[in-house]
Amino acid sequence: MKAGGRSGRLAVVKPAPFEYVRPASLDDAVAGLAGDPGAKVLAGGQSLVPLLSMRLASPSRLVDINGLPDLDGIEAGPDGVRIGALARHADVLASGDVRRVQPLVSLALANVAHATIRNRGTTVGSIVHADAAAEMPMVLRLLGGSVDVAGPGGRRTIAADDLYVGPMESSLHHDEIAVSAWFPALGERAGVAFEEVARRHGDYALCGVAALVDGDSVRAGYLSVCDVPTVVDLTDLAEADLGETALARLDPGDDIHASADYRAQLVRVLTARVVAAAREMARMKAAP
Amino acid sequence: MSEELHHVRLHVNGVAHDVAVPPRRLLSDALRHELGLTGTHVGCEHGVCGACTVLVDGRPMRSCLMFAVSAVDCEITTVEGLTNADDSLGPVQQAFLECHGLQCGFCTPGFMTTITAGLEENPSPTEDEARDMIAGNLCRCTGYQNIVKSVLRAAELRDAETTRAQP
Repeated sequence: MKAGGRSGRLAVVKPAPFEYVRPASLDDAVAGLAGDPGAKVLAGGQSLVPLLSMRLASPSRLVDINGLPDLDGIEAGPDGVRIGALARHADVLASGDVRRVQPLVSLALANVAHATIRNRGTTVGSIVHADAAAEMPMVLRLLGGSVDVAGPGGRRTIAADDLYVGPMESSLHHDEIAVSAWFPALGERAGVAFEEVARRHGDYALCGVAALVDGDSVRAGYLSVCDVPTVVDLTDLAEADLGETALARLDPGDDIHASADYRAQLVRVLTARVVAAAREMARMKAAP
Repeated sequence: MSEELHHVRLHVNGVAHDVAVPPRRLLSDALRHELGLTGTHVGCEHGVCGACTVLVDGRPMRSCLMFAVSAVDCEITTVEGLTNADDSLGPVQQAFLECHGLQCGFCTPGFMTTITAGLEENPSPTEDEARDMIAGNLCRCTGYQNIVKSVLRAAELRDAETTRAQP
């Protein structure tokens, strides 16, 4: 077959046509979004491009932010970790400083897709893509992080609790660009743990759970269980009641990959496991 | 309908190519159709199978999940770029040949680029690490056993090459 396929040169592409702009400044990027109500941001594209290729989304314009300066920062300080919009998962995962300041970020990132996807995909992009089956939105919410966004009216900070408004839907306005995400540092006596079950490592998880134990406070975050990344408070519960209590506040769904019953069982088992592991981390840190 | 074409310069296997592509042209399709580099194979076209994996600035990435217009500032290496300078097979290619690391060969280019980068990062992987290295690539023929062997053999060949280069 000749280049271009049987029915003409454009038959080889699957995404619907769109206008492409590659701004050199953040202001131009915001203007590019504001100028077209059907515009979308292209960062790593590891979630967006499949949606375009399957024509589940067909934005009229893509604003490619890969050429913007100073957005690939990964800064870890005593208070937390700030990750720029162009920092790739692989670089965040490789950062020893990130692992030291907030180990849950690194624990979860190791489960984000496969290494090849992590090389291109961005952590901030995953967070604002708002997929309830993704690791980082849930982690941001469990840790009480936030996202800084830039829009025509300037910048604002959106707390993780206000970020996820529905399935695959964030509270960013269409003309706003997420410029960074903030994960608070792990408290001195706090512990975290993460575990997920997937058919193959790197696939979308059937269920994933993270725990944050800080003093008496015990909280757990869930991915692939509800329509949005969900956090449940499990403070002051007996070990044996953790799973059932969590389940009472969650609504595991049925799909081709797992039944609701099986997901419920994963919630029970993984909740107990990650809470125990987070407690153990906290205990080890408190030990002299 | 006519679409606006973007004139972009792609750097592939050390050669600069000027192409005119619509923005929606996937990098995988640009490599195959605009540049004629048909070594890069296109399988699932949504990032799952790994057949289209190329190296972007040395790192494996899915060329079906990138647009050609967005690949302007990077150096791309395809399976065609994995041969030695004298055109003989590179260590990963040689290892696949020796270990029967391929049957139908459709997935092979993606494995080879992935493994080339993997060995750069970890020159002497264990068998488990070799499996982990290829976990993002699908093969429907081999059952992976011989691909894992190929990874380990490629590591030996690279090692021998390095030793020869630094007597």
